[in-house]
Amino acid sequence: MKLVINGTTHEVTADPDMPLLWVLRDELGLTGTKYGCGVGQCGACTVHLDGQPVRSCLTRLGDAQGVAITTIEGIGTPEKLAVLQQAWIDNQVAQCGYCQSGQIMSAAALLAGTTTPSEADIDAAMAGNLCRCGTYPRIRAAIQDAARRLQRA
Amino acid sequence: MSRAGRITRRSFLVATVAVAGGTAFGYWRYREAGANPLTAGPGETVFNPWVILRSDGVTIVAPRAEMGQGVQSTLAALVAEEMDLDWAEVRAEHGPAASAYANLAVAAAGLPFADYRDSRMQRLADDAMGIVGRLMGVQATGGSTSMADAFVRMRLAGAAARAVLVAAAAQRLKQNQLALKTEKGAVVAPDGTRIRYGDLAEEASGIAPPANPSLKHPRDWTLLGKPLPRLDMVAKSTGTAAFGIDTRLPGMLFASVRRNPGLGGGMLSYDATTAQAMPGVKAVVPLADGVAVVASNTWIAFKALETVQITWAPAPYPPTTDGIFAEIAKAFDAAPNSTLRDDGDVERALAGANVLKAEYRVPYLAHATMEPMNAAALLKDGRLTVWAPNQAPTVIRDKCAAAVGLAADQVSVITPFLGGGFGRRAEFDYAVQAALVAKAMAGTPVLLTWRREEDMTHDFFRPGAICRLEGEVGPEGPVALKAAVAAPSVYANQARRVLGLVPPGPDKILVEGLFDQPYGIPNYRVSGHVSGVKVPIGSWRSVGNSHNAFFQECFLDELAHASGLDPVAMRLKLMAQQSPRAAKVVEAVAELAGWGSAPAAGRARGMAFCWSFGTPTAEIVEISQSAQGIRLEKMWIAQDVGLALDPGTIAAQAISGAVYGLTAAIMGEITFADGAVQQQNFYDYDALRMPQVPQFETKILASLDHPTGVGEPATPPAAPALANAVFALTGKRIRSLPLGKVVTFAS
Ligand code: FES
Ligand code: FES
Repeated sequence: MKLVINGTTHEVTADPDMPLLWVLRDELGLTGTKYGCGVGQCGACTVHLDGQPVRSCLTRLGDAQGVAITTIEGIGTPEKLAVLQQAWIDNQVAQCGYCQSGQIMSAAALLAGTTTPSEADIDAAMAGNLCRCGTYPRIRAAIQDAARRLQRA
Repeated sequence: MSRAGRITRRSFLVATVAVAGGTAFGYWRYREAGANPLTAGPGETVFNPWVILRSDGVTIVAPRAEMGQGVQSTLAALVAEEMDLDWAEVRAEHGPAASAYANLAVAAAGLPFADYRDSRMQRLADDAMGIVGRLMGVQATGGSTSMADAFVRMRLAGAAARAVLVAAAAQRLKQNQLALKTEKGAVVAPDGTRIRYGDLAEEASGIAPPANPSLKHPRDWTLLGKPLPRLDMVAKSTGTAAFGIDTRLPGMLFASVRRNPGLGGGMLSYDATTAQAMPGVKAVVPLADGVAVVASNTWIAFKALETVQITWAPAPYPPTTDGIFAEIAKAFDAAPNSTLRDDGDVERALAGANVLKAEYRVPYLAHATMEPMNAAALLKDGRLTVWAPNQAPTVIRDKCAAAVGLAADQVSVITPFLGGGFGRRAEFDYAVQAALVAKAMAGTPVLLTWRREEDMTHDFFRPGAICRLEGEVGPEGPVALKAAVAAPSVYANQARRVLGLVPPGPDKILVEGLFDQPYGIPNYRVSGHVSGVKVPIGSWRSVGNSHNAFFQECFLDELAHASGLDPVAMRLKLMAQQSPRAAKVVEAVAELAGWGSAPAAGRARGMAFCWSFGTPTAEIVEISQSAQGIRLEKMWIAQDVGLALDPGTIAAQAISGAVYGLTAAIMGEITFADGAVQQQNFYDYDALRMPQVPQFETKILASLDHPTGVGEPATPPAAPALANAVFALTGKRIRSLPLGKVVTFAS
């Protein structure tokens, strides 16, 4: 099976029922996408399919073919940070950091749709992402910060 | 092993030696540390157990688990400050498991003294325990002790390294050392000549470090005392931070475990025929209380585990929540083992007619770290390497060694980032499982990952606890308070697991947060009754304080309301003689929240205080009633952290601790049926989410010359502050957590 991930085509041989999460992590070594619950409850595994945020733990490999898959690795890199990631760093958002890939993927999808998100927009877009370290206030600040920067850009 | 690894404690000071490709020289007195466990790689210089110099920067070994609290960055800053490093060039790593990194403060924190009294007696005992802790070689992260332990040691390491580099530059430049300055990772001569530290390593090798390097005065600090960018922030914002679960090695296989849902019960028999026939399954490894499946990916391991037929032995505790609590309550019938406060004559004072009585209780709780338990291991050529996101590497090393039949020095422990700890990763069960699987798969690296369901149901839980309180208030405030708490002993559970025995003596953890609070109540008794219920329990962020602050702070609120006193004013009065430091914290939070003026219509506030881990912390939460339920509007936190090494990190920890406490207060509960934990995943053991958390405002006070704990102290006051606010809003006095079982909170 062919998967297009962050613009690169990968050949994968696996059960089409295998969740995309485990294909990314164990078959392709893309470990930025995290396992938190496996049942769509925590958001740690969030990726984009054609720009839409989805839970990769609930996405069948067979359903991920023929669409553009974006993972945290495709958002930006330490050498070439996305605006959103720079805002995350400037606001010192992360604590343990484990949930943050998923948080950033949800936030990126939100900001792709609007650069003027309201508080309610942020609540709605982020409610599916758990953070056991309680970084929510800084996540909110970073999203607002990134939105301002994207408006200027 | 290079020579750096063989440096021995042969004299008061360790001499400087050349190592492959560079220099190792050390400052550490043998009274202060074990042998240097670091070996220099090519082009590296190992200064001492804490400093490695490379041509492109300095790596500082911060031997405390980075589980979100920012500890690595602050520990590195202690060294960097004294060395005058350029923060942009500093890196930090966890370092190996080694006795040099023993946490001396963790052992001291177990002593049965009220911290706020800080007596000479306690200091002497602290010293004694420090020695014991070092002998035991406990390298641990817990009890919010990292800064207290490292504050002097790591600054001395940095100062000694700087002194030697300056001496080397003085030799090269033929200048007096006193004329030389250091800044941004370089020695600077009066004429402006700069020599980078990396270029001096060679010459520094011949120079003995000073015995007592002097430390900077805090007013000269340039890194410490202000918010620094965390060293792990870029990695954690780009998905490139390697957590334990991200360990990848060539040829790696993936495993998972399924263990007896009756915790502590063994496995009688199993049939893995179906699993073994599944494509991708490589092996089924039986364990004492379950099985592991090794497969080509984690998902196959998960699926195969479900097909294994297992007959379990029964759990060694009552099968239901009610049965477990009934057994805990029985502990009240026996004499207390931990009466750590007994002032005045409580029985006489409580003989009157106006005595208020109440019984409180809290449920078992899971840690639910965001990263489920996992560890990787490889057994090869008689050596075991374990990659374990953990809070106690020396314990992991020793337990894994014993499990696979190796000596401790044949085991290496690597600590990747921890996706949350909260006390759960002070345990070693997951690492031992990985080691046993690696033994069965000798030569092949295996990453063992628990399903979330396994993680939720096989925790070392925060124990359930019951507290019986009696109090009497006079016109001026409480004149008598008697509190008896019954719960299984976290201390005994952990000591038995780690040491194999339980040292005698009172159980401080059982009554911490109750007996050691700075309240001058003339007749005041606190006692602890240990229950033997055998549900596995462990340290849960703030440990005993997590339940005891709820008991006492809610009951004080009851006493205040029963006699028409203001809860803040009443506490200030109780604290006045005991601790001005605590009183200032309460005043600060009251001012921050505008406690003196009434909240807006439809809103209510609650307040609570707890002194834990050396840090008095007060919190006020304001809530409102909405159509969807109670909303958390705003929370104010004030704490005195002694000395604020990084105010940004400290404020983040305060908020984090409070959110953790609020989550437990509103929805946290682990229950049992048929001997098994009922909660499986986040759908039935949820946590607060973005729309539910209040706005936060923090006030950090710093009234001492040394730092006190920050990772845990904000957790204990959260539940009682909220319960007190719920009473103020609804008139309902809820004495049992979680609050969400009695009132509805907005989602
Ligand atoms: S792992 Fe997919 S939502 Fe939790
Ligand atoms: S930063 Fe730890 S779970 Fe979010």
